[in-house]
Amino acid sequence: MANIQLRNVTKTYGAVNVIKGIDLEIKRGEFMVFVGPSGCGKSTLLRLISGLESITTGDLYFDGERVNNVIPSKRGIAMVFQSYALYPHMTVYDNMAFGMKLGGSSKADMEARVRRAAGMLQIDHLLDRLPRQLSGGQRQRVAIGRAIVRDPRVFLFDEPLSNLDAALRVQTRLEIAKLHHDMRDVTMIYVTHDQVEAMTLADRICVLRDGKVEQVGTPTELYDRPNSVFVAGFIGSPKMNFLEGNFAEAHGCATLGIRSEHIDIVPEGQEMWQGRVVHTEDLGSDNYLFVDVGSGEPLIVRQPGKATIPEGTVVSLLPRPGMLHRFDAAGRPVQMPIAAQ
Amino acid sequence: MIDLLTFLFWNLLYFAAFVGITLAVVFPFYYAVLSSADRSGERTASGVFWNIVFWIVVALIVLIAIFPFYYAVLSSLETGTQLFIPNYLPQSLNPANYEAVLTRPSFVSSIVNSVFVATVTVVAALFLAVTASYALARVRFRGRGLLLLTILAVSMFPQIAVLSGLFELVNWLGIYNTPWALILSYTIFTLPFTVWVLTTFMRDLPVEIEEAAIVDGASPWVVISKVFLPLLWPALVTTGLLAFIGAWNEFLFALTFTITETRRTVPVAIALLSGASQQEIPWGPIMAASVIVTVPLIALVLIFQRKIVAGLTAGGVKG
Ligand SMILES: Nc1ncnc2c1ncn2[C@@H]1O[C@H](COP(=O)(O)OP(=O)(O)OP(=O)(O)O)[C@@H](O)[C@H]1O
Ligand SMILES: [Mg+2]
Repeated sequence: MANIQLRNVTKTYGAVNVIKGIDLEIKRGEFMVFVGPSGCGKSTLLRLISGLESITTGDLYFDGERVNNVIPSKRGIAMVFQSYALYPHMTVYDNMAFGMKLGGSSKADMEARVRRAAGMLQIDHLLDRLPRQLSGGQRQRVAIGRAIVRDPRVFLFDEPLSNLDAALRVQTRLEIAKLHHDMRDVTMIYVTHDQVEAMTLADRICVLRDGKVEQVGTPTELYDRPNSVFVAGFIGSPKMNFLEGNFAEAHGCATLGIRSEHIDIVPEGQEMWQGRVVHTEDLGSDNYLFVDVGSGEPLIVRQPGKATIPEGTVVSLLPRPGMLHRFDAAGRPVQMPIAAQ
Repeated sequence: MIDLLTFLFWNLLYFAAFVGITLAVVFPFYYAVLSSADRSGERTASGVFWNIVFWIVVALIVLIAIFPFYYAVLSSLETGTQLFIPNYLPQSLNPANYEAVLTRPSFVSSIVNSVFVATVTVVAALFLAVTASYALARVRFRGRGLLLLTILAVSMFPQIAVLSGLFELVNWLGIYNTPWALILSYTIFTLPFTVWVLTTFMRDLPVEIEEAAIVDGASPWVVISKVFLPLLWPALVTTGLLAFIGAWNEFLFALTFTITETRRTVPVAIALLSGASQQEIPWGPIMAASVIVTVPLIALVLIFQRKIVAGLTAGGVKG
């Protein structure tokens, strides 16, 4: 329900400059995902928005109101922590109702809100249990439920799924997506390391690097039109292939990028690059060929289905037209990706 | 010079002999306990053997710990010349000593004083220590480490060193010969330990739980009372119990800061129990009084032992 604006926000711990001037607008009801390498300041930025850390310089606005000096509970936020952070000595019900109790809500009101949130997350039957009697997935759902009960303007998630196993992660991810769908006008900010979470959940992704915003855009924008070598390499799995030296010069740039699924194996003679398959990885639905074309690292080529080309084969490769990304020496795009010459 | 060297030499020799004998005595026990831990599961001859040794060691330790108290109980039930004949099994069950002690009004009032002083000391020390340790463990401020060290340093001073200073303070406050003089001095002496222990415990509580509470709208006081206190139960019980025992047993301050019979605490009252004449030490009543004042401590420990539940924080956070 809130439009969040950051204006030249910085954060320093002692002499260490962690957030180096961030300008960002998060629209009402938007699902914004922060991604970036470890230590780039994602959690710190989230905590600045939550109010758990104070902003060193710059301004933070919620719906046009400056909230730099507003305490967390008055900002209308709810936070879901990576480690769940449930109150160990309280039942699930009390955990979820604690905030309302402190706010002085009536018992009936509290009961209704807790039951509704528990219903949304299918944890009704757990309300009398203590956190230690729950599985990891259930605990994280209780933590999400506690956040829902607060009826926040802004939801903040700091890597909420990274303690769960793969299957549970997918399931809880879907639940968060559903939550976003059900609570259309609640703004959500989500920190993650996980490519898939970022791509599937986000309305927009904000890539952070070393305390600065590297690029903000929809998942498709970032994937198709990365604004720098850094973003190109960071978004997408497997990583985008980068070619330098002669390979790049042939296209008039310093670094040439091509995603693994945009390279086709073609009959000899039509190729742009040629190389030997040095390694294959079979993922069941797809397979990756690692082809040594003579640049530094082998090119990764993604093929649908099972691997049919044995290691050691020499293959001819051709990038799809329009899918090459060209970057200059500073890592910035030369222009819109153009077709192979 | 030679004198000094020979002196040093002999003392070193004594010390070495002492260490050697201690090790020689203790090591077999130690080894027995370790071995039994390894092998008590086995139903082999050596497993059974080590199991037996283990229980012998346990019995010895219990015997050494319990015997003095047991002997006090025995003696308290004896009167007259019987007291001076060593016996290890109950020979008489004469409650005369207990009657004698409990009918003295000054002794009864000293028990009341002790209960009051120890209880208020525990409450005051825990309240101050919990709030102080929250600040020391969780609030970032300049000089925190130095402050912690200073607090620890306070507990290095022996009682006798601060006695006269405290006496001046007590006089100046006008609380001489009142329970508050004792409460003040005991609180001063238990606080460093209590603060130190609680700070360590509080530091280990997950930060995220506190942050979740802050987001939920909890003030620092609510965080302490509604979130941390329930999690600190084991530490509170342990430190509270130790503070209680310390206050209950303390002698020097109690002797110095009280003057009238009705204001004394139990340890002083027992020490000043007088017999029929100057020459007679009333062993019987002293033993009875000692038993009477030891029982509450044992009861407290047994009660709270059940409350010290490990792993209270389990489930709140991952890890
Ligand atoms: N309290 C603090 N004092 C000093 N430096 C800090 C403090 N908290 C964080 N930092 C530093 O700030 C930087 C950013 O930390 P932050 O936790 O925001 O990273 P992150 O992007 O969330 O990383 P991760 O993905 O590993 O969680 C790190 O270099 C960290 O060392
Ligand atoms: Mg982080």
